[in-house]
Amino acid sequence: MKTFLILGAGTGGTMVAHRMSSRLGEDWRIVIVDKDQNHYYQPGFLFIPFGVYHPQDVIKQKRNLLPNRVEIVFGEIELIEPEKNKVTLSGGQSINYDYMVVSTGCDIHPEETPGMTDNWHKNVFDFYTIEGATKLHEFFSKWQGGRMVLNVAEMPIKCPVAPLEFMFLADWYFTQRGIRNKVDLTYATPLPGAFTKPTCSIMLADVLKRKNINIVPEFNLMEVDNDKQVIRSYDETEVPYDVFVSIPLNKGSDVIKRSGMGDSLNFIPTNKHTLQTDKYPNIFIIGDAGNVPASKAGSVAHFMLDILEANLLSHMKGQEMTASFDGHANCFIESGYDKAILIDFNYDVEPLPGTFPVPGFGPFTLLGESRVNHLGKLAFKWIYWNMLLKGIEIPTVHSHMSMNGKKPIVKPTVPSAIQIKE
Amino acid sequence: MSVLANINFNEEGFMTDKSQWTKDVAVEIAKQEGIESLTDAHWQVIEFCRKTGDATGKSPTLRTITDGAGLNTKELFTLFPKGPAKKVAKISGLGKPEGCV
Repeated sequence: MKTFLILGAGTGGTMVAHRMSSRLGEDWRIVIVDKDQNHYYQPGFLFIPFGVYHPQDVIKQKRNLLPNRVEIVFGEIELIEPEKNKVTLSGGQSINYDYMVVSTGCDIHPEETPGMTDNWHKNVFDFYTIEGATKLHEFFSKWQGGRMVLNVAEMPIKCPVAPLEFMFLADWYFTQRGIRNKVDLTYATPLPGAFTKPTCSIMLADVLKRKNINIVPEFNLMEVDNDKQVIRSYDETEVPYDVFVSIPLNKGSDVIKRSGMGDSLNFIPTNKHTLQTDKYPNIFIIGDAGNVPASKAGSVAHFMLDILEANLLSHMKGQEMTASFDGHANCFIESGYDKAILIDFNYDVEPLPGTFPVPGFGPFTLLGESRVNHLGKLAFKWIYWNMLLKGIEIPTVHSHMSMNGKKPIVKPTVPSAIQIKE
Repeated sequence: MSVLANINFNEEGFMTDKSQWTKDVAVEIAKQEGIESLTDAHWQVIEFCRKTGDATGKSPTLRTITDGAGLNTKELFTLFPKGPAKKVAKISGLGKPEGCV
């Protein structure tokens, strides 16, 4: 009996468990390890602070989401020993594997920034955890206005569009509460503009401006000064706040560090096309556990799945791995007022305007705001639980990015595309 | 004529042909980036980034620089204000650091 081991039963790991269950023969046992019994629909965290979703909307039991064939082990992973093909759990139990997929994901680390945890969940919040999102909802529902500052401590982060969506939803939420005129919204980002890709950055900067949201680009967070109520950058720029919402430093799992397998942020060096780890031929990654330069988002894990499956099966047969991941990402950006923007891009092609997935028809509008996009975003929750996690292909949406329906832009219309400072 | 006249840049200002890089080119790009003169401390970081670039084919991230070039983040920001990883990559004739996805 051979063992196929999956570390982490989040979005990526669950998809791999489903897919490989239907692909591997009876001579394989499939084991998945996770420390947490709950599966969180993480894209839903964004909506919790604004009372759109509640915790019960985003939590299910992992056990119920995994196929019967898969052995589930709940426990903390103590150590991975790739040279021995062995994983040890904190209770002392060990599992030997023939192939392993690491899907341990990434987490926020507020303790890495001086001062950030002093008033944690009092007037300094995150929304990348269920606790943070819930506490922030309690805070917002009583807040009478003031300066709200959102900051990304350092790239890369899980879901690079979530900070923007948060600002758009905040604008909408405070307008509905009738206190928008008493709320000052500022987004301080280490990026040179609103987003990482030039064309999209210009478009989103325009949306921010229309919604009266300030942007402070090239802000690299050094510390949170709780006495003065300012966040301070490495070049001594200060941004004052009454409530500070942080996307703290994102790092891969500590077990990757303990096992000496990661880079300086605990991400495993991985071939960005094959998804095989650089050092260990029988270890692959899915999702945000590796260092591939793609968005650390569920949609990316989904697009990785077909590639991962093909390459795993080839490698198991001793054949050359021919499937190649192109960095495809597809994100609905919730922009408030029941509208959303859709972007679709990969390693080489930045988000472009057009229609998706059917050229000239849509129904979704690329790089433009529409109500249908918003309905798509809401429908995504159903798709996530019922199709995406099970590794079922979503009709018309393929692993490799398609240029169908996209309108290529020859040159950015602004001379220096990424400079959007006043 | 400026030493940058025949150098190829992409639309974000990164050199597209590493082989065109010289120390004089670095000095001129640094000026464009608002750094009037390159001190020994600057050069130490630039050398480290060039070495990393040659070894990995990629620009080092901010963390790789502070871990490897023997200075802390604050010092790095003093030398290359605003976005040090991006600035050093430009001055060193490398591509955009991949952390920015």
